[in-house]
Amino acid sequence: MKVLVAVKRVIDAYVTVRVKADQSGVETANVKMSMNPFCEIAVEEAIRMKEAGKATEIVAVSAGPATCQETLRTALAMGADRAILIQTDAELQPLAVAKLLAAVIDKENPGLVLMGKQGIDGEHNQTGQMVAALKNWAQATFASKIEVGAGEATVTREIDGGLETLTIKLPAVVTTDLRLNEPRYASLPNIMQAKRKPLETLAPEALGVDITPRFKILKVTEPLKRQAGKKVANVDELIDKLKNEAKVI
Amino acid sequence: MPSYKAPLENIHFVLHEVLDVAQVAALPGYEEATPDLIDQIIEEGAKVCEEVLFPLNQSGDAEGCLYENGVVRTPKGFKEAYRLFCEGGWPGLVADPQYGGMGMPHVVNCVLQELICSANMSFGMYPGLSEGAYRALYLHGSQEQKDLYLPKLTTGEWSGTMCLTEPHCGTDLGLIKTKALPNDDGSCNITGTKIFISAGEHDLADNIVHLVLAKLPDAPEGSRGISLFVVPKFLPRQEGGQVKPGARNGVSCGSIEHKMGIKASATCVMNFDNAQGWLVGEPHKGLKAMFTMMNAARLGVAMQGLGIAEVAMQNGLNYAKERLQMRALDGAKAPDKAADPIIVHPDVRRMLLTSKAFTEGARALSYWVGIELDRAHKHPDPAIRQEADDLVALMTPIIKAYQTDMGFEAASLAMQIHGGHGYIWDYGVEQYARDARIAMIYEGTNGIQALDLVGRKMGQSYGRLLRRFFHPVGAFIETHQNNLQMQEFIFPLAKAVAKLQQLTASVAMKGLKDSTEAGAASADYLRMFALVALGYMWAQMALVAQEKISAGAGGRVGFYDSKLKTARFYFARMLPETEAHFRKAMAGAESLMELEAANF
Ligand SMILES: Cc1cc2nc3c(=O)[nH]c(=O)nc-3n(C[C@H](O)[C@H](O)[C@H](O)COP(=O)(O)OP(=O)(O)OC[C@H]3O[C@@H](n4cnc5c(N)ncnc54)[C@H](O)[C@@H]3O)c2cc1C
Ligand SMILES: Cc1cc2nc3c(=O)[nH]c(=O)nc-3n(C[C@H](O)[C@H](O)[C@H](O)COP(=O)(O)OP(=O)(O)OC[C@H]3O[C@@H](n4cnc5c(N)ncnc54)[C@H](O)[C@@H]3O)c2cc1C
Repeated sequence: MKVLVAVKRVIDAYVTVRVKADQSGVETANVKMSMNPFCEIAVEEAIRMKEAGKATEIVAVSAGPATCQETLRTALAMGADRAILIQTDAELQPLAVAKLLAAVIDKENPGLVLMGKQGIDGEHNQTGQMVAALKNWAQATFASKIEVGAGEATVTREIDGGLETLTIKLPAVVTTDLRLNEPRYASLPNIMQAKRKPLETLAPEALGVDITPRFKILKVTEPLKRQAGKKVANVDELIDKLKNEAKVI
Repeated sequence: MPSYKAPLENIHFVLHEVLDVAQVAALPGYEEATPDLIDQIIEEGAKVCEEVLFPLNQSGDAEGCLYENGVVRTPKGFKEAYRLFCEGGWPGLVADPQYGGMGMPHVVNCVLQELICSANMSFGMYPGLSEGAYRALYLHGSQEQKDLYLPKLTTGEWSGTMCLTEPHCGTDLGLIKTKALPNDDGSCNITGTKIFISAGEHDLADNIVHLVLAKLPDAPEGSRGISLFVVPKFLPRQEGGQVKPGARNGVSCGSIEHKMGIKASATCVMNFDNAQGWLVGEPHKGLKAMFTMMNAARLGVAMQGLGIAEVAMQNGLNYAKERLQMRALDGAKAPDKAADPIIVHPDVRRMLLTSKAFTEGARALSYWVGIELDRAHKHPDPAIRQEADDLVALMTPIIKAYQTDMGFEAASLAMQIHGGHGYIWDYGVEQYARDARIAMIYEGTNGIQALDLVGRKMGQSYGRLLRRFFHPVGAFIETHQNNLQMQEFIFPLAKAVAKLQQLTASVAMKGLKDSTEAGAASADYLRMFALVALGYMWAQMALVAQEKISAGAGGRVGFYDSKLKTARFYFARMLPETEAHFRKAMAGAESLMELEAANF
């Protein structure tokens, strides 16, 4: 079974994100970028499937500017077999990415598509669902356990109330949650081999996909600063303030 | 709790913008080491250091190693970390691909050594010593010895040691007493006691390969009678085409030391009792063999000083931004708070900037020497190989001594910035001072480094080694002396260089007549040399920063501006130390030597 893994390049989780002066977005120039942690988990899961003999080939796909090659190389260094970059400098919104991935899926015919449940930048939590809808495939989101069987997969999902286990027909789209696995460090031999693994570059037009943004970001601002708390003298005062000032009880 | 983030942006700056590390990939044998691959390796290494090694640093210090009946247990988590380190292939980073290594250039190793020592210097001792053993066998072992040991050292399945020191001798290895009695089968029986042996016994690897200095029966007196032997803990045996640890050899750990720092690194008394060993290289040429691998080993210790300085500085900086104490002398800077963060105070800034100027300058200096070491090994032109080798030989004692002295100093400054908390274990800063302290002592004490500089390197081939430094510095000054923007750096650098040359001539001349004079000047001479070398680095970094800022800096004005301002601090407040060292070194031996020991 061929597994296709989507990986996104995002601002590194440890970077303090700053809003651009003109409020058009966040500052990304000269900021450390890394693979989206949820995508890392997806890559790791694919590699484990291959090690367990369930997957035969792992194809990593990313959409974005040329620098996404670095992120794909990281996926290759972890153990993916080859990579595809859909290269564009244009702004990409979830629907556009979903369509691009669907087009690549049509070319590649994978048995399973693994994706992060969301990017830690936009936190959209949409792309995987959209890919499944576009392909009319089964989907299982927020996976904390995946067992691949014959023609189907059993996925444990993290939902609000606890865990839910689904059995879905393959091919399908599965998006990963944090507890699915702990991604490995790339080994030196794999880092060096990654240089020689194939990385194909495609243009969105070549896939016949219209990536025009469908919504407009008006303004990006920083979250409000937290106000200093107040000390109260006793429980009565606390209740009074909750009732009359905060009006929450 | 201390924290650590690998200084990737600074490393990147030095490698790509100041030194042009791309030249390394042009050397035959290093074609793979392209800048993008180097970056990827460093980034992954940084992750391992931050996430795996650093979290074990403080716990390793608290727990230390445990000795029981000849067995040594490393602190909790070390075994797993070592396994992960080996699975990643890191022990083989610079090892020859022929033996399973990655064949990466030495400069990449310098970077990794820095990261590892920032994260966990104790942990770094284990692969560090293996690398020493690897190198000794690689350079001097027979083909059979190489085939037997190198693949295992490269994977880290087996680790290595260097057994030089004995109870009565550390610096003066000519006094060694350990004996080697030849057997009929070509091996020798080794008997004697070695002390302070790092990684002599532990539970990380399947076998330990000891490289031991000992004397054959027919050995000449002194340092010309020392031979090098390989003595495995378990005798290697072949099993189904594989090398496995076999019968236990007659070498055992008698105890481990209770010591000031690097507590998670086992420092062992090793007893050799008719242990079977095999000569490495020629008889009686053991010390000479050691010398050929000394530069790389001493550079490694220099990186320990740098690594500790970096992590100590990072924590000092974090603390200085958070700790509120007193108001700035020119009025409150954080009026909404109880007091200002201490980073506003001039004296705290002095401490921070001293550490910053040292750390960033020393990083450039070390990586420069690392690249020269690669050129010395791999450049196709023998004349250039010789030049590079000369420079490495000259700079090695300088950076070993200076960077380890300053590693300790930077740790002490970080403690000072932490006030009382700097002295308390929980904050993790005092550990850096304790860990850093040993690097000034082992791998040749810093006093011996100074002696090596004035006694051997200075006069070698009529000052040829010195010219390898003075020529490029002179050329740099000449090229940029008319650059108005650079004058604030070029003038003081040129002045310091001239003074250093004057001192060099004086020490060389006086030293020729009376070696005591050279010895008396040595420590100050070395320090002055180091300060000038760092000045050369800072001038180059300032130049790059100015060029980048003129070109728009690509949104990184803050980064380059910080380089310029740190350069200014260096030239205003650190380089002037050369003047005191100059005067002390010029003062001659008399004031040092005239007091009789009995009257001290
Ligand atoms: C934690 C630790 C780990 C170590 N690891 C190893 C290891 O793995 N393998 C190993 O073989 N050894 C190891 N050592 C030993 C270390 O290398 C020696 O301690 C060091 O070489 C100094 O030798 P010494 O202790 O005998 O001091 P000495 O040689 O007695 O020196 C004492 C002082 O005299 C000075 N001195 C001596 N001769 C001169 C001179 N001619 N001119 C000027 N000054 C002089 C020295 O600079 C020093 O300040 C380790 C030591 C420690 C503490
Ligand atoms: C072992 C030990 C024993 C002690 N015993 C006692 C005791 O018996 N009784 C007692 O009361 N206390 C005691 N102390 C506390 C000790 O006196 C304080 O730690 C010390 O005064 C420093 O204060 P601090 O730790 O709050 O550091 P801070 O005041 O926070 O100082 C941090 C750093 O900022 C610098 N700094 C702060 N303000 C300025 C400024 N305006 N200009 C320039 N630099 C500035 C300091 O010099 C220092 O480098 C002890 C501490 C220790 C570790």
